[in-house]
Amino acid sequence: MNRPWLLWIPLAVVAFFGGLAIFGLAEPEDTQVHSAMIGKKLPEFALPAATAGVPALSNTDMADGKPRLLNIFASWCLPCKAEAPYLEALKAAGVEIDAIAIRDKPEDVATFLAEFGNPFRRIGSDRELAVQLQLGSSGVPETYVIGGDGRILFQHMGDIRAEHVPMLIEKVNAAK
Amino acid sequence: MIAEAGLAALWLAAAMALLQLIGGLTLLRGGAGQLVPLIKPAAYMQGALCAFAFFALMWLFYVTDLSVLLVASNSHIDKPMIFKLAGTWGNHEGSMLLWVAVLSASGAAIAVLEKRVEAKTLYATLGVQAFIALGFFAFLLFASNPFERLVPAPVEGAGLNPLLQDVGLAFHPPTLYIGYVGLSVAFSFALGALLTNQVGPAFARAMRPWVLAAWIFLTIGIAAGSYWAYYELGWGGWWFWDPVENASLMPWLAATALLHSVSILATRNALRAWTIMLALVAFAMSMAGTFLVRSGILTSVHAFAVDPERGAFILALMLIYTGLAFVIFALRIGTVKQGEPFQLISREGGIVANNIFLSVILAVVLIGTLYPLAAEAMGDKISVGPPYFNKATVPIMVLLMLALLIGPMLRWRRDEIMRIKYWLIGATAILLCSGIAVWKLAPDIGIFPLLGIALSLALAVAAWLPLRGRKLLRTPLPVFGMVIAHFGIAVSVFGMAAESGFSKETLTALAPGESAEVSGWKVTLDDVKPVVGDNWVAVEGEIVVSKNGDAVVLRPQSRQFFKPEMQTSEAALLTRWNGQLYAVIAQPDQEGDGRWQVRLWWKPFVTFIWYGGILIALGGTLSLFGRMFRRAKKPAINKWQRA
Repeated sequence: MNRPWLLWIPLAVVAFFGGLAIFGLAEPEDTQVHSAMIGKKLPEFALPAATAGVPALSNTDMADGKPRLLNIFASWCLPCKAEAPYLEALKAAGVEIDAIAIRDKPEDVATFLAEFGNPFRRIGSDRELAVQLQLGSSGVPETYVIGGDGRILFQHMGDIRAEHVPMLIEKVNAAK
Repeated sequence: MIAEAGLAALWLAAAMALLQLIGGLTLLRGGAGQLVPLIKPAAYMQGALCAFAFFALMWLFYVTDLSVLLVASNSHIDKPMIFKLAGTWGNHEGSMLLWVAVLSASGAAIAVLEKRVEAKTLYATLGVQAFIALGFFAFLLFASNPFERLVPAPVEGAGLNPLLQDVGLAFHPPTLYIGYVGLSVAFSFALGALLTNQVGPAFARAMRPWVLAAWIFLTIGIAAGSYWAYYELGWGGWWFWDPVENASLMPWLAATALLHSVSILATRNALRAWTIMLALVAFAMSMAGTFLVRSGILTSVHAFAVDPERGAFILALMLIYTGLAFVIFALRIGTVKQGEPFQLISREGGIVANNIFLSVILAVVLIGTLYPLAAEAMGDKISVGPPYFNKATVPIMVLLMLALLIGPMLRWRRDEIMRIKYWLIGATAILLCSGIAVWKLAPDIGIFPLLGIALSLALAVAAWLPLRGRKLLRTPLPVFGMVIAHFGIAVSVFGMAAESGFSKETLTALAPGESAEVSGWKVTLDDVKPVVGDNWVAVEGEIVVSKNGDAVVLRPQSRQFFKPEMQTSEAALLTRWNGQLYAVIAQPDQEGDGRWQVRLWWKPFVTFIWYGGILIALGGTLSLFGRMFRRAKKPAINKWQRA
């Protein structure tokens, strides 16, 4: 072998792998969603009311200068039932919440609200998933923090659990 | 008591490994080596003690001793017996104990069986084995004690991940583990030979059965895992390029290359340094794979036993072993003499081509698997999916298959390409005819499925040609092994190409009584009803499928497990010789109108993928038996000659 340094290449590969792996282990797990929609304005939409008694929802409703949460849910979705008490807790802490009901029927939404309470100011009905897709949401439930100017500030995937409540309150307050 | 005895056996086995290592070290230091006579007995004892510990744990699972933490958290009194037993290795601690038990048993087997290499090389090899074992003993005893007690004992136990409660899967991880451990033996042999300057045919013949056995287990393990993912996950895919799948593929690629290069070293005494290098890489890949699976460092659909802290331990072991090994490699490989020369057009040349292509595929898969990690280190978050892997690996596989059409036909050392000109013309004809035929039949088929079908047909013929001109009864088994394994590749590739080129999919919502159609099959949802299993409840669809008067009932299920709670879908498969109908029933349709989501696929020749895998493993087994058989026969002939 006339180029002895070549023999050290395997060791260099091992060292590189080790370095990467140590970095990967040391890095705290990143649960934040890096959506391309963060910082952008809400898409334009005007959804009909999802059920009688709760007003409909359009993007301009959420650009009134007050930051709030936008919850994507459905009456047929199990985790949405699980997160209902935490949405109530957020409402009790003074956070305003709007919602979009996905592929739902008015009577089902009414039953859902009757059973699990209604923490929502407005609920729009998105039967064709058109708005959900524009928001970059991949499923139910999901919760967005929307700034007072109608910008998307934060996206939370999955159900809201007890530990997420203070974090969401803080995000909404920070946007004031 | 059993648990404590098992733990004590583990500690004693660790002490034996330490003794074995020190014995090996004194020998290498050129000292008097009074400890050397103890090396082999230590290896026997270590093997026996570890086997005892493993069966002790299995006993605890058999009687469901819930005062043992591992049993309590992975078993349940209501679980079927086969899964109780499979629980022994269906968790982190148990699988590590299995790993150590197999490692120690192989060490004992080397000590008993190996007569071909020089004594010094054998001792050095056992020393390296002991060094590897010590790391895992430390891991078991300090970080994942399988015999830990739980006070107070619970009354029923937590259960096993329902996805893992499947006969196929109960045996998939241990099969892979045995393969990984077999590669550790190859690693030990390579280092042993390197340290004692014995890199040559004798060492290669000693190492070859271990590589072959490891490779057979890896092949079976990967094929079984692929079939399991295909029918259990309910996505209808047989390979996702998921990090965990890649983790098992990379050692297999390295082992396949090693298998070919070690046979050159054994028969032709060439490729010495390269074979050593491959043996080290193969085990490094096994360790890296285990680390990637266990640490949860990469996001994967089937990371079952994730724990970053344990990942760190495995990483440390891996860096120590492979780092030291490659340092020894760089320092000592200069002392390995150049092997026998050979010409480019020769059997050796063909195998070198095989090794180069396999290594490139290995590098591509490794880069693709680690790239997300590297990107994250640069502050980017991305994932690398099937498009990259398919685009990057399939062209190289095409080259590999082209080499396989010619390589096994060539003679050792030097050959003339003109000698096989009739076969070259024949192969070209098969490629062109089948390619054009497929293209006429399905003009919109992609280039790779087309090439895959043409190449697999040519290979299906080429694989048998090495038998031409041989007297079949006097042909050594390893030649049959090679022929069958190569034919298995043709079968498998044909299945992959046909599946990816011609699959038909229908996603529909059916109410009971309604029908749909996929690829000529009429599919009627007759009924949907609830069913109850040992530890799950499910909705089961009764689906009648019919084609040309051939009507069969399929019963796909959507299962809800409790303890732990989880939903899985059990696909129902209808197998015909020319393909499979694959049916999955999902949730009720969300509009709530009494319809159910039903997903149907017709997958032509998909079963060939696994038949091919079985043939490949069968070829390896024949080859292994052939080598063992011949080894047993040789002394008998000598006795006859002496008489």
